[in-house]
Amino acid sequence: MNVSVSNFDEAKRSMTVSQSRGALSIRNVTKIYDPEGVNVMAVKDCSMEIAAGEVCMIVGPSGCGKTTLLNAIAGFHSITYGEILLDGELLCGPGKPKAEQGAERMVVFQHGALFPWKTLAQNVAYGPMVQGRLSKSLALEKSRDMLAEAGLGSVTEKYPGEVSSGMSRRAEIVRALINDPKVLLLDEPYRAMDALTKSIMHESLLETYDRTKVTIFFITHDLEEAIFLGDKVHIVTTRPCQLKKTVNVDIARPRSYETQSSEEFRLLMEEVNEAVHEEAIKAFKAGERELA
Amino acid sequence: MTDIVQPNNAGVQAAPKKRSRLQKLAQNESLWRGITAIAVFLLIWEIGARWDEWFGKEWMIPGVGLIPPPSDVFAAWLKVLPKPGYWDSWYQSFKRVLSGFLVAMIVGIPFGLALAVNKYFRDVFFPPFEILRPIPPLAWVPASLIFWPTNEMSIAFVTFLGAFFTIVINVLGGARTIDVRYLRAAQSMGASQWDLFSKIILPGTLPSIFTGAAVGMGITWEVVLAAEMISGGGTQGGGGLGFFIWNSYMGGSLEQIVVGMISIGIAGYLSSSAIRLLGDWFMPWRRLF
Repeated sequence: MNVSVSNFDEAKRSMTVSQSRGALSIRNVTKIYDPEGVNVMAVKDCSMEIAAGEVCMIVGPSGCGKTTLLNAIAGFHSITYGEILLDGELLCGPGKPKAEQGAERMVVFQHGALFPWKTLAQNVAYGPMVQGRLSKSLALEKSRDMLAEAGLGSVTEKYPGEVSSGMSRRAEIVRALINDPKVLLLDEPYRAMDALTKSIMHESLLETYDRTKVTIFFITHDLEEAIFLGDKVHIVTTRPCQLKKTVNVDIARPRSYETQSSEEFRLLMEEVNEAVHEEAIKAFKAGERELA
Repeated sequence: MTDIVQPNNAGVQAAPKKRSRLQKLAQNESLWRGITAIAVFLLIWEIGARWDEWFGKEWMIPGVGLIPPPSDVFAAWLKVLPKPGYWDSWYQSFKRVLSGFLVAMIVGIPFGLALAVNKYFRDVFFPPFEILRPIPPLAWVPASLIFWPTNEMSIAFVTFLGAFFTIVINVLGGARTIDVRYLRAAQSMGASQWDLFSKIILPGTLPSIFTGAAVGMGITWEVVLAAEMISGGGTQGGGGLGFFIWNSYMGGSLEQIVVGMISIGIAGYLSSSAIRLLGDWFMPWRRLF
């Protein structure tokens, strides 16, 4: 995607239209950690299909292996059995336990990973620059444009330490999006935020999604967040991580905060809550057993 | 949101520009507190030193012996200020500190980074490094006096050692504790090994480099002074603030000893200020803290 400034807008438009990419297939994935010979099974025979342009929310108890799954997709960790495909191409599987890291799968981390020594604009420009796709000045120009589009136009030259956590998290998503990824992998990005900031983050993410239709793989604990943002909510079991139940969220887009007070939202909450509660109890009991 | 913030911001930024630098300095509360603290300290010192003179021997504070009052020290200082020998001491000491320190930085930073990023390098060089590190620089003085052909070189070598170990251990620690998220994020975005090193590991280690430099600079001054006292009195080389103090001690000039000590204090302060300024220059993102 080599965009010069003149056809920049046009390229953006084409980006929003042709988005039939980013389909993830997770097939029978098993991950066994082997620290000091004790087999710990983090993920067991886990399968899910994520369609291109889908917002897929993964909900499960803490420490259940959700992040392991995300790390496998991103190429940070290997898998033991099974395979993961992106648009039909093998990321990892038999004979290739660890996927290569690549800009088509961008991760937004739990605690944020903007480089503290770069301004927001430099952070966002980093990807296209190191990939050699854009020159430094063009990358910075595009970066400022995209930050402005995300409502961060006034802080492009600030360092991450100078802006709020909400702003830096939004900037981080912009940093991911500038690489034109097929999939956005989010690992509880809004975990430590207060309810107010969180709701603003959600609206901003939804707005971004409506514009780009990028596939989103989003790990969370927050059930309301899961239903509000997602097309599908995958509830996974406590360790080892396995798909327990998939709830389809058929609430029309674009969604706004009012959605959360609707009747259909409440019914979905009940459904998800029930499944999650069961797992939470199981996880709690397993913890008690381990201690006994 | 943007519309409200911007004009407000501009207004705040424009306001301080109307005051001149001097005015700003005069209104700096921290500066005045510092000046007051030093003045009070000098006053207490003066009273303490002149106690017996003013109130008689029977009122002397027990344990406090011969201390020259700051006014006498100041007078002694005024006397040595025009002498080129005094400034030569400054020059000699500064030259030694800077050369030892610079060589320690030039050798130490790459060495520390290599230890951090390369396992084989670490396996080979870290054990001997760790055995040599606990040896205090001053313990090297006799050996280096014998080993190096001139006194000057021995002093430079010992000074170098003083800063080297501190810098290396800080660089190593800093580079190894860079958050793995930064490395993963950069790799996901397609950073090459060189990009990782130059754009992530190096800036990520900079704070530790400057911490190491600040501590190393302090040690360097200690070592230089001690080395000058030990070896500086010889026929070759010599001089320096350490020798200045030693010489004053031999000559029995109490005031001049204190002049030498304060000179070292000022020299040390100037050196660490320089490092702080450099740190601010190299790490603009840290200026906010």
